[in-house]
Order: sequence, then structure tokens, then C-alpha cells
Amino acid sequence: MNVAISNSSDKPIYQQIYEQISAQILKGELESGYALPPIRQAAQELRVSIITVKKAWEELEHAGLINTVTGKGCFVAEFTPDQILQLRNVMILKQMAADASYYKSFGLTLVEVIELMNKVY
Amino acid sequence: MLALDIRNVSKKYKNFELKDISFQLEKGYIMGFIGANGAGKTTTIKSILNLIHIDSGEVRILGKNLAEHELELKQEIGFAFGDVDFHNRSKVKTLTDVIKKFYKNWNDDTYYSYLRKFKLDENKKISELSTGMKVKYNLALALSHGAKLLILDEPTSGLDPVARDNLLEIFQELVGEGEISILFSTHITSDLEKCADFITFIENGQIVKSAEKEAFVETYRLLSGKESQLSEVKELLISYKKNSFGFTGLIHADDFDPASGINAAIPSLEEIMIYFAKKEDMYV
Repeated sequence: MNVAISNSSDKPIYQQIYEQISAQILKGELESGYALPPIRQAAQELRVSIITVKKAWEELEHAGLINTVTGKGCFVAEFTPDQILQLRNVMILKQMAADASYYKSFGLTLVEVIELMNKVY
Repeated sequence: MLALDIRNVSKKYKNFELKDISFQLEKGYIMGFIGANGAGKTTTIKSILNLIHIDSGEVRILGKNLAEHELELKQEIGFAFGDVDFHNRSKVKTLTDVIKKFYKNWNDDTYYSYLRKFKLDENKKISELSTGMKVKYNLALALSHGAKLLILDEPTSGLDPVARDNLLEIFQELVGEGEISILFSTHITSDLEKCADFITFIENGQIVKSAEKEAFVETYRLLSGKESQLSEVKELLISYKKNSFGFTGLIHADDFDPASGINAAIPSLEEIMIYFAKKEDMYV
């Protein structure tokens, strides 16, 4: 599991942790059953507060990406390929919505955006 | 369980007053206590340690009333004041021998393991220790008598960035097992962005807010907009600054209407402190 935290980012730290881990789960880099480190240990190693990690883990659980087994810890959930696709699309759409509002602020139409996107993709 | 429970503490001085201070720290977490110089941080800490007599209110530590169980509770508290020094010309060893007699749960093995961990030489004189080393010596003393609650007044002030980072890492290690709780006051807010779970903000003898760190900053918004937009929100702002590019101001998230089109961001702890301090200037 890889997590890199930026203190200069606008995003809250728990959000950064959540996004990075969820991306790794959805890309299949973290397989179902993978055990996440205990909250207090992760906080110490990432040099963030305990509650920050707790919040990130809660978000992951809320999104259905991990399961908590009382007394044992948190594990990456099991997914069908369909579910992965669906979860991935939710994540991608969220990013696209943010990007779209930026393009709109310049008055670009969808056609223009796609045209420009073709150049960099 | 609450490591620290402060309820409605008040103390009146001639020129300063602690007004109805209440906040709680859960066991196993780190709380940052912030406020400008003279806001009442040290006075609050002194009342937690019963070093000053409060006029009213109650301090409970690890579930027990401090005034009733002072001797017993002091065995479980470790404290360090940034600027109060020990007898400077004594050796570390000599001082430790005096101090350890006060604690019935003193453990020599723990003490020496912390001396090694903190790279403290007990044959050095206190005056030869650097600021960071003095803080670490204080911590070693506290931990060797099994303190469960550490109360530290400005432990990071006067330390260079490397020593500060090192100390913060130690704090996080200490709360790692969930047994030890730490309350530390500071005005270096970047220390807290890293490691604090809870923030308590005192201003002018009153608690402005005490909350989980992220919830704390999210109760405010830092607005930046054109001068023409200032009049729309002026009355609601805690304080603001104007310049030729427009204005920036701090507002309670509840008072802010996102539909107004004014650019809003989550402020840092430092920004919150600065705008609150500015409020004083504007109305006093």
C-alpha cells in the first residue's frame, strides 16, 4: 500500500489518504482480503493524527471498499467485476465534474473540450 | 474514558479573567491548546495542575476530581513548562535522585531506557542541556513514574525544526498504544497540523472552540473576493483585511452562503488565530 501526503494540498489529509487507497483498491493493486494496518500504527507511520486515519478508514468503509472485522482489523472487501466498474466510474465522474467546472469557467463547449483532450490524451 | 475533563473553570485576576472554561480530552489522544500570548493558556494549565486556586468549576483527571485526589493524581500526571528551569548547576543524575523519591511508581529500568532513547547523558549538568534535551529530560521523568496524562506548556518553542519534528514523532509514539494522553499548548500551529487529534482555542480568557482538528477548521471559511462583494458579507465576518486586489476575511461556515459566488476555502489554524486576533483590534 502506498500513501503520499502533501501538506500543501488544498485537500484535507483524510481525503488524500482515502482517494489514494481507494484508487489502489479499484485498480486491483490491493486485493480483496488485504489487511490494512491498525489505525494508531498507520497514524504514527504516516505522521498524521489518529483521527485523520480513522476518518479515512471510515470513508473507505462507507464507500464499501473495506470491511471492519471487530477485534481483527480492516480488510479490503470482495467485489464482482461489475461492482469495481461501477465504483471506478463514480470516482472518475467526481474528478470529471471538478474538471468540467474549470473548463466551463473559460466558456468552453463540450466539443471544444473533447477536441483539446484529443491532443493530450 | 476522559483523560481530562474541565468543567466551567473560572478564575478572576485584577486585569485578567478565565471565563467558564470547559473542554474534554479523550484518553489516548493528542490535544493542541492554542491561543495568542496572554490569551490564558498558561493560567488554564496551572489550574489543571492545581497550581493556582480556581474560583469555581471542576477539574477531573482520569475520572477523578483533582481537588479531592490531588496527591494520587499527581502520580499520574507528567508536566513540563517551557521556560521554568531546574536547578542549573546540578547534574541530571543528582536531580533525578531527588525527584524520583516523590513517586511511588518510579521505575529505574524505564528511566534508563528513555535516557538511551533520547540520548541523554545523566552526568551532564542541567545547564549543559539544549532546550530540546530539557524537554526530553522532562518527558523521561514523567514516563518513568508512569504518567498517563502529559501536560506540556510550549514544549516545542525554542526548538529548531529538526528537534521539533523529532519531539512530535515521540508524542505520536507515546499515544500509539492508546494509554497515554497529551495536552500541549503552542503557538506554532504547524506542529498541530501534523499530530494533534483535537484543538482547543482560547482567546481572551474564553474557549472559542474545542473540537476534532478537521471539524475545527471546517467550522470556518476564509473568503476572498472583490471589494464590491465585501458589503454583502461585512456584517457576518469575524474580521477582514482589504487590499487593492479585494478583501479576505474569516467567517463561520454557518453564516456563509455558497450561492454568493465569493471564493471560499478552509482556513489553516494559523489563519483562524490571526483573524480572531484582528477582531480584537477592530472593535476594541
